[in-house]
Amino acid sequence: MAEFFNEYIFGNGPWSWLGYVVAALIACILVIHVVAVGAMGFIWLERKVAGRIQDRLGPTRVGGKFGWLQTLADGIKLIAKEDFTPDVADRFLFKIAPYVAFAASFSAFIALPFADGVVANHVNTAVFFVLAVLGLEVFGVILAGYGSGSKWSLFGAMREAAQVVSYEVPLGMCVVVPVFLCGTMNLTTIGNMQEGFITNWLVFNDPFTFVIAMVYFTCATASVNRAPFDLAEAESELVAGFHTEYSGLRWSLFFMAEYGSMFLVSGLAVILFFGGSNGPIPVGDWLANLLGGVKEGSIGANLPSLGAITVGVIGVANFILKGVIGVIVMIWIRWTFPRLRIDQVMSMCLKYCVPIAAFGFIGAVGWEVLDLPTPNNLDEKSRYEYHEKWSHEYLETQQQTKPAANDRHARQAVPTEAIITTVAVSQNAVEVNGGKQ
Amino acid sequence: MSATNIDDPRIVEFDVRTDEMLINMGPQHPSTHGVLRLALRTDGEIVADLEPHIGYLHRCAEKIGENLTARQFVPYTDRMDYLAAMNMNLGWSLTIEKLLDHDVPEKGRHLRVLIGEMNRVASHLVAMGTYGLDLGAFSPFLYAFREREKILDLFEKACGARLTYSYIAPGGATADLPGGWTAECSEFINQFKKIIPEFHTLLTTNAIFIARTAGIGVLSPRMAIDYGCTGPVLRGSGVYHDLRFHGEERYTELYDGYEFDVICMDSETGKYPDSHQGVYKDGLSYPEVPSDAILGDCWHRFYVRMLEVVQSVRLIEQSIAKYDACSGSHGEPIKLTQKLPLGEAYLETEAPRGQMGFYVVSDGQSNPWRVRARSSCFSNLYVTAPLCRGVLLADVPAVVGSLDVVMGEIDR
Repeated sequence: MAEFFNEYIFGNGPWSWLGYVVAALIACILVIHVVAVGAMGFIWLERKVAGRIQDRLGPTRVGGKFGWLQTLADGIKLIAKEDFTPDVADRFLFKIAPYVAFAASFSAFIALPFADGVVANHVNTAVFFVLAVLGLEVFGVILAGYGSGSKWSLFGAMREAAQVVSYEVPLGMCVVVPVFLCGTMNLTTIGNMQEGFITNWLVFNDPFTFVIAMVYFTCATASVNRAPFDLAEAESELVAGFHTEYSGLRWSLFFMAEYGSMFLVSGLAVILFFGGSNGPIPVGDWLANLLGGVKEGSIGANLPSLGAITVGVIGVANFILKGVIGVIVMIWIRWTFPRLRIDQVMSMCLKYCVPIAAFGFIGAVGWEVLDLPTPNNLDEKSRYEYHEKWSHEYLETQQQTKPAANDRHARQAVPTEAIITTVAVSQNAVEVNGGKQ
Repeated sequence: MSATNIDDPRIVEFDVRTDEMLINMGPQHPSTHGVLRLALRTDGEIVADLEPHIGYLHRCAEKIGENLTARQFVPYTDRMDYLAAMNMNLGWSLTIEKLLDHDVPEKGRHLRVLIGEMNRVASHLVAMGTYGLDLGAFSPFLYAFREREKILDLFEKACGARLTYSYIAPGGATADLPGGWTAECSEFINQFKKIIPEFHTLLTTNAIFIARTAGIGVLSPRMAIDYGCTGPVLRGSGVYHDLRFHGEERYTELYDGYEFDVICMDSETGKYPDSHQGVYKDGLSYPEVPSDAILGDCWHRFYVRMLEVVQSVRLIEQSIAKYDACSGSHGEPIKLTQKLPLGEAYLETEAPRGQMGFYVVSDGQSNPWRVRARSSCFSNLYVTAPLCRGVLLADVPAVVGSLDVVMGEIDR
């Protein structure tokens, strides 16, 4: 995008940095709006699902019969409210805490691919990035609790700190399993490797990955502070926990962060275990084959083919649908179960989830090493085919083999021989690097 | 330990102490059931000590009683235990009738049982729902309120009010039940019976619920008696005592000819009475007592309420049949300015939350000379301090919720 701006507007002269700034701003605005609108959708969904669970209707007035705009109306109300800071609060920490939580939750979306190529930035170590950035959200909560100057908030922060050390361990252990099975930390690659039928999803790889997926979901629920692990805000115990003293927009930022990370962790679950952007049946690929070549360029490439666009759109729809199902499960759990106690959360995470995750990890490794039967066809695939599709080397090799290497807008599809060479070259490159990726 | 001994690191080690934190729970805290204030001293999350402070809802009801006639005081009893206003009306009415030595007709007796037990069901539903709220489960609360609404609808048809009924009055009741009321009531009972197992699924047998309540806040039978606990709190500790069986003649004769059980675990067999067959649900029995539960803990107090609902359903079914069979008057209330005879009367009744006693002293005027109310929640509340010492902060709402206090009754 930056190159586009430089080429057509700012020129490649001294003003070329403007192109990068504008491109970055547009990317930021896109991510924030996609996630914020998504979060608003999830807040609406939560109220609607909770309503149905509890024999109520939920919102019905603002925005027609289904109350679509209820969240927007509430958002406007919250913005109009007084931004109140308690006297005894640590003003700096109090004010900065919501932004920390919000920024952490939203920036993790940078590396979350919605489909092959539909991602803000192709991060090679996306799994690591997402988990690390998501972990920062906790700092927002702890700062809020500490900075509020309220004892109830402090309790919330203490609980959050105690909780984070207990769920992050099994969460990390669970995430390692798909990474190890696919041999990459690139979320796009992990998603792509599960293409084909539902049997290729990693959750069905072997019994251990199934268990691991369940443990992951439990820990993910804990990581986004959802009931029954919502100890940091624990309404009936700590008034409102870490956000007791917050009001107006700052409070709503915490709320947005919570719902944003809810979709993030369930999206991560979808990519790691439930096939990413691939549906249970590869309808998209069939359609794309009918519409013309697809493998030559995914939706992320410049001017992709019609088939690639079809695959991309179906992939995004698949991903969002599966992510929303994950969110609905979390909502369902929240409105069904009582809350655990802090010591029970810690013992559950450390005494049960960690051993189960470790057992599952060893089991999954053993399954792979012993080459036991699995319903998927991961072994038949050349892993390099999926590797490094977005890496610098790969793009370079692709450009070299292109007929018009310097023309970024070449409408011509890459010939098949070129792909084969590319794969060969990239394999060579990997070997030259000593297996480093 | 003085600061001079600092050379020895071991002494320093033992001398380092963390401060206890003084923290106020209430009177605006979401889970203190109204305006209860608990002053907590906590060491981290562990509650070192706790002191309940009351009086935020004090409305001088007893003093007002001296300035009103016996009949006029009935609405003030509504506002004591506002979740079981019918039972408060009943307690006051029976006390005044005892002073007047006045008997209500047979039809009025069955009406009182019917209305009183309906209100017991409504009250226990609130107790159950809000207990779920205290533990963080939101949905059972709404399921409970949905059923309670139906009871309130029935009450509204009977007396026009949904919360403060002033329906049962000394001498009888303000009006007879409207035509078709008992049929609607049986219809409600029939559908309600099918819903009770849902509550057991959502709460009683839920693993998290059991983990949060079993073994927490264990009240021994000895302690329950010493502190003057009554009602489900006392029976949850395994003490076989229910004023509908063990009360004064004037009260127990209301229940003459009725079949029901006192819900209390038999400490030898470890079982609760199983007289629910055909009431609870065909082919279903009560959930078993979980192995973690200790007699007298929060789980047992909750469970006793759940089973009492079933016993109340049994009583309602019997009373509908008996009421429908009666004819004649339901008992007209006494006159507004009825003079009370010289003397005094005290009567305790089994309200949903325990024994509610009214004491009336009269000097021969129509206004009582002194009115005193003995509140069950007042006694029940004061076991919170011994029960909460050493538990985690999250267990405080669990303990207070299991005692099911209503501040209107404590402060009066």
